Amino acid sequence: MSTNAPVLELRGVTRVHGKGEVAVHALRGISLAVAPGEFVAIMGPSGSGKSTLLNLAGGLDAPTSGDVLVEGVVLGGLSRHGLAAVRRRRVGYVFQDLNLLPSLTAAENVGLPLELDGVGLRRTRAAALAALEEVGLPHLANRFPDEMSGGQQQRVAIARALVGDRRLILADEPTGALDSQTGESVLKLIRARVDAGAAGVLVTHEARHAAWADRVVFLRDGSIVDTSGPLPQPESLLVSGEPA
Amino acid sequence: MSVRHGILALLERGARYGYQLRSEFEHTTGGTWPLNIGQVYTTLSRLERDGLVRALPENDGGQRPYEITPDGRAELALWFASPIEQRDRPRDELAIKLALALTTPGVDVRAVVQAQRTATVRTLQELTRLKAAADGESGDLAWRLVLESMLFQAEAEVRWLDHCEASLARFASASPRGGARTAQPRHEQTDALARTTTPGEPRTRSARSRTTGRDTHDISSTVEPKEAR
Repeated sequence: MSTNAPVLELRGVTRVHGKGEVAVHALRGISLAVAPGEFVAIMGPSGSGKSTLLNLAGGLDAPTSGDVLVEGVVLGGLSRHGLAAVRRRRVGYVFQDLNLLPSLTAAENVGLPLELDGVGLRRTRAAALAALEEVGLPHLANRFPDEMSGGQQQRVAIARALVGDRRLILADEPTGALDSQTGESVLKLIRARVDAGAAGVLVTHEARHAAWADRVVFLRDGSIVDTSGPLPQPESLLVSGEPA
Repeated sequence: MSVRHGILALLERGARYGYQLRSEFEHTTGGTWPLNIGQVYTTLSRLERDGLVRALPENDGGQRPYEITPDGRAELALWFASPIEQRDRPRDELAIKLALALTTPGVDVRAVVQAQRTATVRTLQELTRLKAAADGESGDLAWRLVLESMLFQAEAEVRWLDHCEASLARFASASPRGGARTAQPRHEQTDALARTTTPGEPRTRSARSRTTGRDTHDISSTVEPKEAR
């Protein structure tokens, strides 16, 4: 399908920190494409290159060699200004550290990326409320972060990642210290946005979280060692599950 | 668990005939434990022999219902009251396989670990998808509990595999030749383990994966269609 052009594409991406004897090869020739409506999880032990991969995908770091493309645009070919615009408009980030600003309300935190992008206040407010609605918190729009539970704060952080029309959602251990039920609801939210047409990339060491993805990529020492998936269509699973 | 106790539990709800028992059993286990009708009748006749169920007269449709007896009820109560013994669970094959991989020359243990991890994560993905679908429906709680049990078991297996890999990495860095990848059979003990465990067909786990651990960077080419459960 032509509409399935990847939202994110990594082509032979290498990232080396340092030089010569002390050079650390964080990523060694990674190629990966994530289509719209596809959720990919990256699993691997500490130091396998997971977070480096995510930072490159989000334009927060640049590859030593190879290309990173977001919606067909090579990030390396952009000016600083252009790259910042891609980060503000196309990419939603959910990190373990929520990075909510304590002096802003939930709605203001969620609307911040749009506000920084020069979107008018009224439209920003409307988009922020829609995103809070999507994460089930429309009633907390005017609360400050310290007036909310950890789970609610994480939902606000997700709403901020979803606000506007972001086609690429990047998440790094997004469930943090949340209990398993709350953590699961976070993954359901990302899953729902992906099912609605975004592309999602999740970095985690928890298999239970990675299992929400369509594909799980195993990273070790900067290389992809294996992949699980994609899964077949749901109809083909357990066809005999219903009693005759 | 045995089919025997499953059938007793279903009969505790009221008298039932063979086909009803099969269909309700499969429904309760979400289709994860298919029964054939022969198994149901064999089990019923053994339960009847042991005095735990009683056959009732055939109905108009020519079906013979069974009901649970007081002895059957006591047996069922005992089953519910007794914890399942850990050693009754067929979980040991993987541990034995890894122990053998570690002590068999020329076997890449990390590849064995990764192949199992990929297969188990895939199972976890399939279960998660089923659970997401079950959460959307107005709860079949029994089915959800069965699914979650399988999810937790698969997750535990992945954690254990992660732990094995970390141990291997530590061993490899501690040993001057990085010997963990192709360990030599050094211990009499482990040789003995190999001799006692290799004969006979090992129990097959539900999710099998290819056993190669190739280094492939292009993801699209690593994907192989796999059989759904």
